Amino acid sequence: MELMQRTCVDAARALSASGVGVSLMTSDGAHGMAAASDPNTARIEELQFTFGEGPCIDAAAAGRPVLVPDLTDGAMRRWPMYTTAILDAGVRAVFAFPLQIGAARLGVLDVFRASSGAMSRPELGRALTLADQVVTTLLDGQERTTGVDELDEAFEHRAALFQAQGMVMVQLGISLAEALARIRAYAYATDRPLSEVAADILAHRIRLDTDHA
Amino acid sequence: MTTVSEQRLATIFVEVADTLVGGFDLIEFMQMLADRVAGLVENATVGLLLADEQNRLQFMAASDETTSLLELLQLQWRDGPCLDAFRTAEPVVNADLSTASPRWPRFAPYATAAGFRSVHAFPLRLRNDVIGAMGVFGTGSAALDATDVQIVQALADVAAIGLLQERAIHHSEMLTEQLQGALNNRIIIEQAKGAVAQAHNISVDAAFELIRDHARRTHRRLSDVALRVLTDVTSLPDLTAD
Repeated sequence: MELMQRTCVDAARALSASGVGVSLMTSDGAHGMAAASDPNTARIEELQFTFGEGPCIDAAAAGRPVLVPDLTDGAMRRWPMYTTAILDAGVRAVFAFPLQIGAARLGVLDVFRASSGAMSRPELGRALTLADQVVTTLLDGQERTTGVDELDEAFEHRAALFQAQGMVMVQLGISLAEALARIRAYAYATDRPLSEVAADILAHRIRLDTDHA
Repeated sequence: MTTVSEQRLATIFVEVADTLVGGFDLIEFMQMLADRVAGLVENATVGLLLADEQNRLQFMAASDETTSLLELLQLQWRDGPCLDAFRTAEPVVNADLSTASPRWPRFAPYATAAGFRSVHAFPLRLRNDVIGAMGVFGTGSAALDATDVQIVQALADVAAIGLLQERAIHHSEMLTEQLQGALNNRIIIEQAKGAVAQAHNISVDAAFELIRDHARRTHRRLSDVALRVLTDVTSLPDLTAD
């Protein structure tokens, strides 16, 4: 998880944040803090689990970001205990981004700021890109260097890749997140672009057997 | 298309302006807009793209959702009429695909191979804010006249105003939250297509029709049905039953 912590530190700097934390929340109910940019943020990140409420939990449940640029504006009504505690901790704004690919939900990336104010559009873009990177790290279980070209190429064929994920899930009777990881592992092992592997899966040219994990 | 009755047009405009209903869903709204415009323009397929926070145009809905149309819309993050309309905030009308290859080296050959002859694209904009684009793909050679262009652009404008204005006034974060939620729901729909295709041994296009028909019959959102398909893998719900 050292890599994840480094990502949180980098993210805090890139997003002018007082802290960034990552929590894992899987669909089977397992949850917990995975990494934070510093020990104080780690305590703040834990607050949502202590109280069982907060923008982070809502973002994970709804599958979309929950952006709270000013915690003194309405947040007390939505999350009374959490808001009291987090204001006490000196946080004024929270931006929660789900870590997910479709129905495969892995957790949340939380950005905390000591002063209120909205994120700019470039900052939102950066935060979403960072969240995507954390998802990739979680799926691969290790750091891999992915070239920009590969990402671009995958973007164009992304619908096919998502369809292949659903297909493999049913084919192997595994969870969707596992299917995602399996397809990526196969692409790395065979040194082929994800889009090609996805096209082959859709055309039934290859089948990822359970023993190829 | 200028033969459409004023009454019918008025109804469509009111429908498209109505973005503040409780339980508003971006994908369902975009689907409705695509269907309405397709109903106005003869022999046309309509697709809608919205820009994400990284400024990439992402597929949201189409009047006829097939793999080839989806690819056609998706590959426009590189070149194509929708990208031009998005970047310039101006419509692209009556582009002849047979001579469009120099302009859109990737898009034009693909669109021609998919059986389209003409293409139009309209920006979804509010003043200087462009949030996406609408592509209108024709299999016939009939051109849109100036009135047609005005009507379609006005519909696109009304939709964009509805999406941007109220949300900007009350809660500027709302559009990002809704857009990101919708983008993820689009992924869920694609994943569900693959799951249903595998479970029933059918094509992904046929799988989409099963999912969509079930959603219509049971008055549920496309993404809700898709999510249920994916969370209930062991016993894939029978999509032909209610």
